[in-house]
Amino acid sequence: MNILVLLKMVPDVVEDIEVAADGKSLDPDSLRLIPSESDEHALEEALILKERHAAKVTAIALDCEGADDALFTALAKGADRAVKIAGGATGLATRAGAARVARALSAGQGLQPMDLVLTGTQAIDDLEGLTAPLLAHRLGWPYLGIVTQVVVDPASARSTVTKEYPGGCHGEFDVPLPAVLGVQAAEKPPRYVPVAKVRAAMKSLKIETVVPPEEDEPAPLDILQMAKPQAAGHAEMLDGAPEEVAGKLVEILAGHGLL
Amino acid sequence: MPDPSLSMYLGVPGYVVLWLLALVAFGLFGRRTFYLVRVLLRGRPEVRWEEPVRRVMLVVKNVLGQRRLLNEPVIGAAHFLIFWAFVFYATSFFWNLIRGLVPALPIPYSDQVGFMALGLEMFGWLALISLIVAGIRRYVFTPERLELSRDASIILVLIATLLVTFLLGDGARAAVEPRPNPWTPVGNLLGPLFFRGVSEAGAQSLYLWMWWVHMATVLGFLAYLPSSKHLHLLASPFGVLFGSLQPGAMPASSAGAARLEDFTWRQLLSGLSCAECGRCDRACPAFNSGMALSPKMLIHHVKELVVDAVPALLPVALPAPARIPELGATMANGGTVTPQGKAFVGDVITREELWGCTTCASCMDRCPVFNEHIPLIVEMRRYLVSQGDIESRVQDTLTNLTRYGNSFGQSPRGRTKWTQGLEFKIKDARKEPVEYLWFVGDYASYDPRLAEISRTTARVFHKAGLDFGILYEGEQNSGNDVRRIGEEGLFEVLRDKNLQALGKARFDTIVTTDPHSYHVLRNEYPSNGNGHGPRVLHYTELLDRLVKDGCLALRRSVHATVTYHDPCYLGRYNGVYGAPRRLIGSLGVSLVEMPRNRSTAYCCGAGGGRIWMEDAPGLKERPSESRVREAAAQPGVQTLVVACPKDLVMFQDAIKTTGLEKQLSVADVIELVAEAAAPAN
Amino acid sequence: MSASIWVLVEQWRGQVSEITYEVLALGRELADGLGVPLQAVLLGHNAKALADSLGKANSVLYADHPALVEPTPEACTIALAQLLGERQPEALLIPLTNVTLGIGSLVSAAVGVPVINFCKQVSVVSGGLQAQCVLYGGKIEAVVKAKQKPALFGIWPGARTPDQGRATSAPQVETVGVAFPRDPCVRLKRYVEPEAGDVDVTKQNVLVSVGRGIQSRDNLELAEELAETLGGAVCGSRPVIDQGWLPLTRQIGKSGLTVKPKLYLAAGISGAPEHVEGIKGADLIVAINSDPRAPIFDVAHYGVVGDALDVLPALTEAVRARKG
Repeated sequence: MNILVLLKMVPDVVEDIEVAADGKSLDPDSLRLIPSESDEHALEEALILKERHAAKVTAIALDCEGADDALFTALAKGADRAVKIAGGATGLATRAGAARVARALSAGQGLQPMDLVLTGTQAIDDLEGLTAPLLAHRLGWPYLGIVTQVVVDPASARSTVTKEYPGGCHGEFDVPLPAVLGVQAAEKPPRYVPVAKVRAAMKSLKIETVVPPEEDEPAPLDILQMAKPQAAGHAEMLDGAPEEVAGKLVEILAGHGLL
Repeated sequence: MPDPSLSMYLGVPGYVVLWLLALVAFGLFGRRTFYLVRVLLRGRPEVRWEEPVRRVMLVVKNVLGQRRLLNEPVIGAAHFLIFWAFVFYATSFFWNLIRGLVPALPIPYSDQVGFMALGLEMFGWLALISLIVAGIRRYVFTPERLELSRDASIILVLIATLLVTFLLGDGARAAVEPRPNPWTPVGNLLGPLFFRGVSEAGAQSLYLWMWWVHMATVLGFLAYLPSSKHLHLLASPFGVLFGSLQPGAMPASSAGAARLEDFTWRQLLSGLSCAECGRCDRACPAFNSGMALSPKMLIHHVKELVVDAVPALLPVALPAPARIPELGATMANGGTVTPQGKAFVGDVITREELWGCTTCASCMDRCPVFNEHIPLIVEMRRYLVSQGDIESRVQDTLTNLTRYGNSFGQSPRGRTKWTQGLEFKIKDARKEPVEYLWFVGDYASYDPRLAEISRTTARVFHKAGLDFGILYEGEQNSGNDVRRIGEEGLFEVLRDKNLQALGKARFDTIVTTDPHSYHVLRNEYPSNGNGHGPRVLHYTELLDRLVKDGCLALRRSVHATVTYHDPCYLGRYNGVYGAPRRLIGSLGVSLVEMPRNRSTAYCCGAGGGRIWMEDAPGLKERPSESRVREAAAQPGVQTLVVACPKDLVMFQDAIKTTGLEKQLSVADVIELVAEAAAPAN
Repeated sequence: MSASIWVLVEQWRGQVSEITYEVLALGRELADGLGVPLQAVLLGHNAKALADSLGKANSVLYADHPALVEPTPEACTIALAQLLGERQPEALLIPLTNVTLGIGSLVSAAVGVPVINFCKQVSVVSGGLQAQCVLYGGKIEAVVKAKQKPALFGIWPGARTPDQGRATSAPQVETVGVAFPRDPCVRLKRYVEPEAGDVDVTKQNVLVSVGRGIQSRDNLELAEELAETLGGAVCGSRPVIDQGWLPLTRQIGKSGLTVKPKLYLAAGISGAPEHVEGIKGADLIVAINSDPRAPIFDVAHYGVVGDALDVLPALTEAVRARKG
């Protein structure tokens, strides 16, 4: 079984993100790029499936700053191949990104046949749609998102996929393979790989590059402005030591008839 | 007295019997020892023979001088006497053996030589009394963590037998000797008393019997030794000789240890050197809190690992090695029982045990045979980390450290937020030369509870006219706890980034407020060619100097009764006990010492990465809680003074959870210094 | 081309969700602003009765087909693609929930129209529609316009209040046909309910909610004591449930429950949008967090910057003292 994991590099929100001088984009110097959190879960789910079915896992990412790190880390965690797609990242233009991945996959660049594509359900910069369904459509494969478990029956090329619903409810779906799944959380938290293993991967393993045929992707959105949000309201802050604050809160609660 | 070697026994001369006995005993001893050494050599190589003179001195002080045993004075003195008696008797034994095996040698038996006879007598009686003391301690006033093992009883009986047989033989001889031997005064006194009316023939017979029982006992013990805990007699002098010359050092970079071959020979030797005395357990904060870790059991498992690898002699042969009863291992007929299919790391030694260690080094500090508990634990932790087998909080912390260079998961740009509120700007050591480069550390930089203390420190430095700067965002976590958790690769990354920043900066001395960073900067960052890391001072050392030189004027006395907690990485690891005390003393406070102070200070429980871990199950009392109770119990003490940011945080929490808020508060030394340095009005 | 604003009705297991009404309210404003009718698009099977509550719209387009009995993204996409192809509205507003996630992108790809995600607000500007989108976990807001019509807008919960989207009268219902040339590939087998908990947090008046800031499972008891003193229950944000410290039935947020208690006390919760959408209806929100810039303080009525592990026990004490 061949599994593809699509990793996307997104800005780390631990840092303060700054808007560029043009007021419509982000200041790249203020950004630290890390793999999207749900993509890490997608990779973990892929590795779990690899352990179960002796599958081959290929990690793939659009070329950008930090992509090499993420791909070597994937290799260190157990991925069998790492592939970079030339042409640069597409940021908020998710359509263009998904299209490029689809072209890379279908242009017979050694990435066939794929039985399953896993990627995160949603990234924090998916303004223009979600990668998983966009990619699924391009490939003509079924899609399901907010996935928390994938059980595969390789013989019948079918899978039972668990999806999250509100209120803690889950739905079990029958999904034929090949398919594109948007992973919300893997069955187990993403595994830790020690730095030494990643460095060893950097020394001894290679990242392949594929160059997909270029096509003009229309840019259907106009970003007029980007800014830091002005909070509509803000809490009334209570100061003091815990005992003082507790006293003030008790008054407030009493005032609301809660005591 | 007749010559035992030439006397006839059932038509066979004595020396033939002796040869037979000796061959069997030495054969068994030699075989097992040979195999044990072979097992040790299956371990990884490690260089432990540099600085031979220094090593020999260590053996002289610690083996011959029994130094660490004397930390517990009563048993220390007893053991000292027993040890020297044993050495003396062993010497006498070999002397007699050689003479007995080769009767043609023109030398007397040892007890026929004046000073030897006297020595045997003196040591004999002193050792006998010491044995009684040891016996009472072991069986009546049993210390904690001392198991009443069969082996221990055997050695006490054995040594007693040796002494008694000599003394009886000595007495019998003195009873019938025509002229009293001036070299055996006690024998001369007691002999005739006990053996009054014994005929010459009777005395001779008794003498011979005692001689043979004595020799047979020693030969028997020799054969038994390498299968018992008394292997430590053989192994521990080598353990000390090949001990670590830098006791706090981490083992060389490795992938971690899961099997016998992954450990170094010296780490494996720790198992054989162990006498199971329990001093490490008595000192261990994890063990005393009710956690799973017992340093003694850990070493014992290593011993088993080595011993189990020795091929059994016969299907039914030697008595199986004595086991600590609670191990509950059934002893099959002969040989050892190998745990089938059990992983050494994980099943035999559990994860809870390995993660419970705070790396405080009390165990290694107390161990009389220089066993290396912490390197063993770190090697096994390295293995677990390589498997990703770590709890999720630790995982998150390591990811944060990899990404952001700090354990708080905050942006590196936030490292100097604490400086907001200062009336002056601290120099940027990346951009301009400074005399003192202040390495602040993660906790002092990012923990909101410590921000004011960091500012106070800056103000005191400023007031003292110090030319100092910080690395701002260039500073990374020093990597101490990362290394001790077993993430060696991440440690190297952090270290290299720090070295890069330090390499570009121009400074004279590093000063740090964090003992964990202090230890690593001083000892584990490579030298710049002068054999040590960069020159590093703890801020208490620096302030002590500033006060002495008058650069920091203390204008008022701080009236308080305080006690001081020695941080593990400042005190036990680096021997800095005086400077903080002098500093505190110069403030006018009244300093009361806790019973566990200086090298016996009791760890707060944060080290070894434990501050990032969940509380262990089965916890009875946190180490920090034990410590604050100790502090509060000192007469008049209302303030516990610390010199480490993690200590401050741990003790503040402990005071809350023990309900001691009204009785005790925690203060960093700098707070008292600032108070003393404030203008008097 | 029928100029109108469409709102996709999110219906799941026989109920119209609250967020649908929020989006209807928004849709009503946009439709009025552009002077076009508002139409609610209801997809389902034997679900016509659900249309009764959608009176805020001028009419309801109801597509009935057995394949739509479960609103999977695939099935909804097939139906919507046809409807959009036939009727070409100005825009389609899609409420963003776990049920509908993916529909916007699939339709956008199938029909070739733009989709704008993460909208917290859509407004009429110069005769066209402009969206305000919340990106990067809430750290950046972008103003975005689509260059084509129809455009799809994924609406984030909280754009309006549900009450603003309710109406007393039932709307006109137009039943439309949709064809499914083949069965959808992705098929629901069954639902798995979370294990019945002892407590239904949606019925509690007082909730003490904990997040990552509680640091460890042992500290839960601080929250439990306070909850007990106040006569409420403990719940948590996603990280706490993921760690296994609380069961799924106590999870608040996008993948959990939406609650409207009289008091919601958030301790050690940062206030990520996915959590906040579950508590917007609470009468009184009090937040405790050690980070003064935590987004929870933008939603809370009262805030305390401090360590939850200190404030919770102090508050428990104070409440006990007050209650006597």
